[in-house]
Amino acid sequence: MKWPALLSLILLVVVGCARNNDSREVVTFWAMGFEGEIVAQLLPEFERTHPGIRVELQQLPWTAAHEKLLTAYAGDSTPDLCQLGNTWIPEFAALGALEPLDIRLSGSTVIDIADYFQGIWNTNVIDGRVYGAPWYVDTRLPYYRRDLLLAAGFAQPPTTWLEWRKAMAAIKANAGPKGYAILLPLNEFEPLLALALQQDDPLLRDRGRHGNFRSAGFRRTLAFYQEMFDRGWAPQVSNNQISNVWDEFDKGMYSFYISGPWNIAEFKKRIPAQRQDEWMTMPLPGPNGPGASIAGGSSLVLFRASKHKQAAWQLLEYLSDVRTQARFQALTGDLPPRRTVWNDPRLANDPHAKAFRQQLERVKPTPKVPEWERIATEMRLVSEQMVNGKLSVDEAAAELDRRADAILEKRRWMLDRAGAK
Amino acid sequence: MSGGGRLAGWVFAGPALLVIGLFFLLPVICALALSVTDFDIYALADLDNLRFVGFGNYLALLQNPLFWKALGNTIYFVLVGVPLSIMVSLGAAVLLHSKLGRFKPFFRTAFFAPVVTTVVAVAVIWRYLFHTRYGLVNWGLSGLGIEPVDWLGDPHWAMPTIIGFAVWKNFGYNMIIFLSGLQAIPEDLYEAARIDGASAWPQFRHVTLPMLGPVLLLVGILTMAGYFQLFAEPYVMTQGGPLESTVSVLYLMYEQGFKWWNLGMASAVAFILFVLMGGITSGLLWFARRRGAEG
Repeated sequence: MKWPALLSLILLVVVGCARNNDSREVVTFWAMGFEGEIVAQLLPEFERTHPGIRVELQQLPWTAAHEKLLTAYAGDSTPDLCQLGNTWIPEFAALGALEPLDIRLSGSTVIDIADYFQGIWNTNVIDGRVYGAPWYVDTRLPYYRRDLLLAAGFAQPPTTWLEWRKAMAAIKANAGPKGYAILLPLNEFEPLLALALQQDDPLLRDRGRHGNFRSAGFRRTLAFYQEMFDRGWAPQVSNNQISNVWDEFDKGMYSFYISGPWNIAEFKKRIPAQRQDEWMTMPLPGPNGPGASIAGGSSLVLFRASKHKQAAWQLLEYLSDVRTQARFQALTGDLPPRRTVWNDPRLANDPHAKAFRQQLERVKPTPKVPEWERIATEMRLVSEQMVNGKLSVDEAAAELDRRADAILEKRRWMLDRAGAK
Repeated sequence: MSGGGRLAGWVFAGPALLVIGLFFLLPVICALALSVTDFDIYALADLDNLRFVGFGNYLALLQNPLFWKALGNTIYFVLVGVPLSIMVSLGAAVLLHSKLGRFKPFFRTAFFAPVVTTVVAVAVIWRYLFHTRYGLVNWGLSGLGIEPVDWLGDPHWAMPTIIGFAVWKNFGYNMIIFLSGLQAIPEDLYEAARIDGASAWPQFRHVTLPMLGPVLLLVGILTMAGYFQLFAEPYVMTQGGPLESTVSVLYLMYEQGFKWWNLGMASAVAFILFVLMGGITSGLLWFARRRGAEG
């Protein structure tokens, strides 16, 4: 039973070696999850137009990607081109693993920086240098129940916190003690983070040396978040306890659900056809008028250790090209980072994508320090304690500053040392 | 001993010693060295960024409320879970050993089945069973007129649910060991007890339990060592939540080491757990030796 498997393995290795006789330059490209599978369909076209280059695509599962990339870095075996979640860029830039792209970008006829959404492009810029080109984007905004909002007396979705409060109060009054107005899962930090980015105060201060959570802006956000639980607009649950967020949304357990663009396809699939027009997407309401949200998504980066940078750059340019981006969008349903691609009728006429198009003009990057993900996790833990009544808003803000400062201790030490040199 | 005999001894012990040294001793020493540094991703980038912190990691841990919470959760899990698990195993073994039992092979297999299932797969089923709105458990309780309990979402109930899950998952293993222990007890002891007029409970109390002493000790130590390393159950069921009520020491280590890449801190957590488990195990052995339970 084992022999056929072993034989085919040997055969594979032999075939693999045989292909090495191919004189083309090999570019290794690591991509993750679903996009990693789909991008394989775009590569033959690239190899046809660039006869001297062969692309070796490796797909990584998202859950193992971060660890695998760090291990690859430690073992000097990083790929030439790689997809990187844009919140990871500060970390890999701090490691010195990424190649700055500024010079190549200035000579590029394919990548037009002005065509990209500014907030998204900005996530790739660290200390004035560009380390990646956005590949696809995501951001968070509310999915809402049109019918329930209308029943509560609102024909249009709210655009300010004040209107949103009124709408949630009215929906809650209709829903009764067992129903709610909004779902803010306690195991996700993204909704709170999106609301926090709407404030003018930065989340970290002094070049990321200290937390800035006691600022008036962040405390306003925290108070709003707390209010939604205190008034019974949001249930105190995590995603695990809901088990099927689409189904509960369809049943009317809550009317607002803050999530990302991947859920458009899910809502289309999971809500019965006869009730498809009950849901819609809307830009995230802000403190005074439409507000900011998170600049998320993935970028394409070159690794500094690569020996095939020029070839890898050509692949990066090919994948960033407007036509390739349009094909990629059609294949994946991911939202493109370039405005030109949005003019494609398939996207321009999609009613559910419209709010995302508007929101993308108002996205903001999270603080660009490698420690950010840890701080965001602490933000979730502390806000969960606050919602459970263990901390007041001011205590939670102070506690967050304390935890952020402890996490940033090493960064301060390094910045001080670099300053002393 | 002659020189030749000594050499032969080393040759025979050599391979095993080499393997132990290479795969146990060396990593332990490396981990110990790591635990007195602040090794993190900055140090990975450039070893210049590595600082010797002495006992800094240990002190920071001792001052970290999350560590105490994790330690408290783990001890709660061990103190409740281990006796419960042993009682359930022993109970099941006694029932299976009884001459009155029917369909013994079937029950033996059924009780052992959870041990060989994958944690991840059964955790999915348990999450459904304990779902607040749609779970079978709450449905059954509602039949008795009891209000639904938020098993995995309420900080007071999450750990008991995890304990229930772990006990159900593991009791079959110890049951098999107890069963073989029970089969080794000579039948004439029971006969003598019956002639003296002992009913079922005194027989169990004065014959079965003392005869099972060494087995109980073995099972106790093994179970405790296993339960101190609580990780997979909270990882798949609750991710440490709600309100960190199911974060265990090992889960804390995993987060520090593999999520945040703070290998220095993670090694310190590992060492504290190691010392703790070593201390408790030798304490148990000492206690057993004093009571003369050890063979």
